[in-house]
Amino acid sequence: MQIVIIGAGVIGCAVARELSRYDAKIVVLEKEDDVACGTSKANSGVVHAGFDAKPGSQKAKFNVLGNAMFDSLSAELGFSFRRNGAYVLCFSQEDIPVLEQLAVQGGRNGVKQLEIHTGAKIREREKYVSDQVVAGLWAPTSGIVSPYGMTIAYAENAAANGVEFCFCKQVSSLGYRGAKTVVGCLDGSEYEADLVVNCAGVHGDDVNNMLCADKLQIVARKGEYMLLDKTASQVASATLFQLPTKKGKGILVVPTVGGNVMLGPTAVDVDDKDCTDTTREGLAEAFDKACKTVPSLSAKAVITQFTGLRAHLTTGDFEIGFAPCKGLYNVVGIESPGLTASPAIAVEVASEISRAYSLAKRSDFVAHRDAPPCFAKMTDDERARLIAADPLYGKVVCRCETITEGEIVDAIRRTPGAKDLDGIKRRTRAGMGRCQGGFCTPRIMEILARELGCDITEVTKSGKGSEIVIGRVE
Amino acid sequence: MMDKNLIIVGGGPAGLAAAKAAYDAGERDILILEREDRAGGILNQCIHNGFGLHTFKEELTGPEYAARYEREVAARGIEIKTGTTVLSIADKTVACVNAEDGLTHYRAKAIVLACGCRERPRGAINIAGCRAAGVFSAGTAQKLINIDGLMPGKEVVILGSGDIGLIMARRMTFQGAKVKAVIELMPYSSGLNRNIVQCLQDFDIPLRFSHTVVAINGKKRVSSVVVAAVDEKLRPIAGTEEEIACDTLLLSVGLLPENEIAKTYGIELSPVTGGAIVDDALMTSKEGVFACGNVLHVHDLVDFVSEESERAGASAAAYIARGGELSDCVAIGAKDGVRYAVPQLVRRGGEGALGFKMRVGKVAKDVKIVLECDGREVASRRRQIVTPGEMETLTLTAAQAQILRGAKEAVIRLAEV
Amino acid sequence: MKEMICICCPMGCRLKVYDDQDPIRVEGNTCARGAKYGAEEAVSPKRVVTATVRVRGGEIAMASVKTSGAIAKSSVFDALALLKGKVVDAPVREGDVIVGNIFGTGVDFVATKTVEKAQ
Repeated sequence: MQIVIIGAGVIGCAVARELSRYDAKIVVLEKEDDVACGTSKANSGVVHAGFDAKPGSQKAKFNVLGNAMFDSLSAELGFSFRRNGAYVLCFSQEDIPVLEQLAVQGGRNGVKQLEIHTGAKIREREKYVSDQVVAGLWAPTSGIVSPYGMTIAYAENAAANGVEFCFCKQVSSLGYRGAKTVVGCLDGSEYEADLVVNCAGVHGDDVNNMLCADKLQIVARKGEYMLLDKTASQVASATLFQLPTKKGKGILVVPTVGGNVMLGPTAVDVDDKDCTDTTREGLAEAFDKACKTVPSLSAKAVITQFTGLRAHLTTGDFEIGFAPCKGLYNVVGIESPGLTASPAIAVEVASEISRAYSLAKRSDFVAHRDAPPCFAKMTDDERARLIAADPLYGKVVCRCETITEGEIVDAIRRTPGAKDLDGIKRRTRAGMGRCQGGFCTPRIMEILARELGCDITEVTKSGKGSEIVIGRVE
Repeated sequence: MMDKNLIIVGGGPAGLAAAKAAYDAGERDILILEREDRAGGILNQCIHNGFGLHTFKEELTGPEYAARYEREVAARGIEIKTGTTVLSIADKTVACVNAEDGLTHYRAKAIVLACGCRERPRGAINIAGCRAAGVFSAGTAQKLINIDGLMPGKEVVILGSGDIGLIMARRMTFQGAKVKAVIELMPYSSGLNRNIVQCLQDFDIPLRFSHTVVAINGKKRVSSVVVAAVDEKLRPIAGTEEEIACDTLLLSVGLLPENEIAKTYGIELSPVTGGAIVDDALMTSKEGVFACGNVLHVHDLVDFVSEESERAGASAAAYIARGGELSDCVAIGAKDGVRYAVPQLVRRGGEGALGFKMRVGKVAKDVKIVLECDGREVASRRRQIVTPGEMETLTLTAAQAQILRGAKEAVIRLAEV
Repeated sequence: MKEMICICCPMGCRLKVYDDQDPIRVEGNTCARGAKYGAEEAVSPKRVVTATVRVRGGEIAMASVKTSGAIAKSSVFDALALLKGKVVDAPVREGDVIVGNIFGTGVDFVATKTVEKAQ
């Protein structure tokens, strides 16, 4: 049994890992040069409680199931996760019934411990919240996670259990050859599969439509974010929502597990599914609306901006299951709360596929993944031991985030490992701090060239075509 | 835990000068901690000339200027640990790490912070657009070219006409790149006229004032930037956008003192300079902890960094030798065109002459810099021109300084002559 | 007549230099330094050139260099071309002559940085 998974975002990697519990050959095809290069690298990182989704929807079901899995999953796979709780803030008395309605809906979805707090009580706990806030829905089960940290953890564990990751493989055709489904890639390579699992994010409709007569349509919904310096992280400890709008959950002020605070996202439907440019208007909107929640926000604290695209299926719900055509399983339209839902979705997908193909469980599956060493978070004793074992942990490369050469080398040597500056950044946080790589970029280029055995002029930011330098000084 | 009388954080021009002066003031137990593999700091990559006219009365390149101080430090046998990063300071204990010694804690009697500054990144100025490769801070590009011998790009737009931006325009041109424009948000340049003439005009590189970059385009690599004129409130004017094809955008949009360690240590910082608030011995709000050079406030000339740092080093040595009671301070405010003056505090119990360094907010001609104590002019200095790009100084005689030390209120301001 | 900005101080006086007159006349300057600069810059502009040269086997890739004196502005790019493709072996010492007697001017490209051998 050969399974080809298209897409190495959080869904593709989670599905790969859960399928690797079974006796099958699994290949993941990814068009970029690393995992977590699309939606999974640029979203709010919120593990939603589950009160937003319409009761009875797939979104509601998998959100609540997924949320409950995070404590044990983060320990098992060694990624950062924290239940920081969330508030949905309400700015006028008239809207309080909407808030109450949300609480009722949450109850129906199975969300526990929801409470409505007064503005005063909220400001006791979150003292930077606007005094215009009159009430809020408190959801203590809401959490935060590094979306790419989680994706990488899934991918590494999948690889450790035999999943093969193939990068720079943009799927350009799907067809049948006998009983097999044939996946053709832009570079001319072909993969035969008994089953193709479509985890292609914003391109999930394209993949489905290559094989299936029942067409799907995904709209890329752009969300722009701003990241604040760690020195401004006191502005929010819980995730702060405003009452939801038609297009989503509105603008958040949300802490990250890395210790920063993020503002965003906006929600604008776009035609170009690969365009992650930020816009003046979008950034201004994100900032202005976030100021409604926390009026004291300072634009001076912003250290970077980015855009993510959500895969919005026109039906409005997740589409998970065997496609009406042979040899294809769709996991598409996984927009928010997709990150939260991903662990539960993956378990469901693996179990359905294993039943359909009578796959046996493997006895040698290893569920645990060792988290990479994180020098900045270690005690002095742990640091001393690490340096004694490998002196490269005594060389600080990224001064803003205190990331050592040892951690960078580890990130490159893992499977699947970092191949470029962005890959290093997502795995170690090097270059993610207040100087945004100003000091450490040349040094990380040297380390990448040395470890990958390539020329330093071939080192890229995010795959071929994004070389940092154009050549040597003559 | 090891004991050291004086720990100097940073082995650039500030740290080296502080070490030299501390030694010459009698201190022998000194350790410099430098995170790079060699001392000299940012001067190592500033290969252009123009350094040292005040200090050495000759024009040196950055590496030559650094080497002079390195030789002074070496001749005194002062210990310097390179490749060593300071992780934290607490209770005058410095935690640092390197590959050879691992994690080390030094308990110091005095500490001099001389860790320099960093460049403001793209994110801090909120330029919209793509995340493609090809956007560099000017200093990163300078390091790539001058130290690593790597070429960042061949068609370049530079945002910011401070000296680093101007110097990089010439450097890239020398290496065969086409610098298409230097874009400056303000209606004037904060760079030296000499650099405008010799780095831009010599090569017919256009300098466009009151413009900014509003978008960066490209998929994997920058393909163009969009520039636009700005109004008097520095907001882009709709309809003035113009696209310039390029593969590289260099940002030279300001320097920020690198004070994260000071912040976590609880040292009081000035919101104007981004550096510590210091007294006339350059001591911060933590007793026995001194600051000098670009970590205190961003300087225009390295000569002034050296001068200030020698004062900090000598003060630290004196503090170790004598310790002693600290007297009250008079605070020196800044107004009417003066953005800040350093030191911000003067000890009432001190003696002798005093010097202040300051920056103005905008260009002014035929003015005087005035120190007023309790509403009375105590000292002044006439200036034909003052500009935001150049640091100004005001020196007080011992007698004037005594008046200041006895004053209730003091302020430095610009006045018309 | 040539127009230029004086570089002697932040004033940045806009000079008019009448280089067709004898003696050369400078207008727009506020001090004597400006007059001297204007006259020299109009007749024979000179520049100190700073650049780098590639080092083989060094602790870093490049050594910085400068011209030991100012050279004619018109020959700057020709002088830079002398460094193109040039490689020197580590160690390089500050003051080492990298290119001697540029175009017979008596001015050398000298190293401004010591680069030790790589360890």
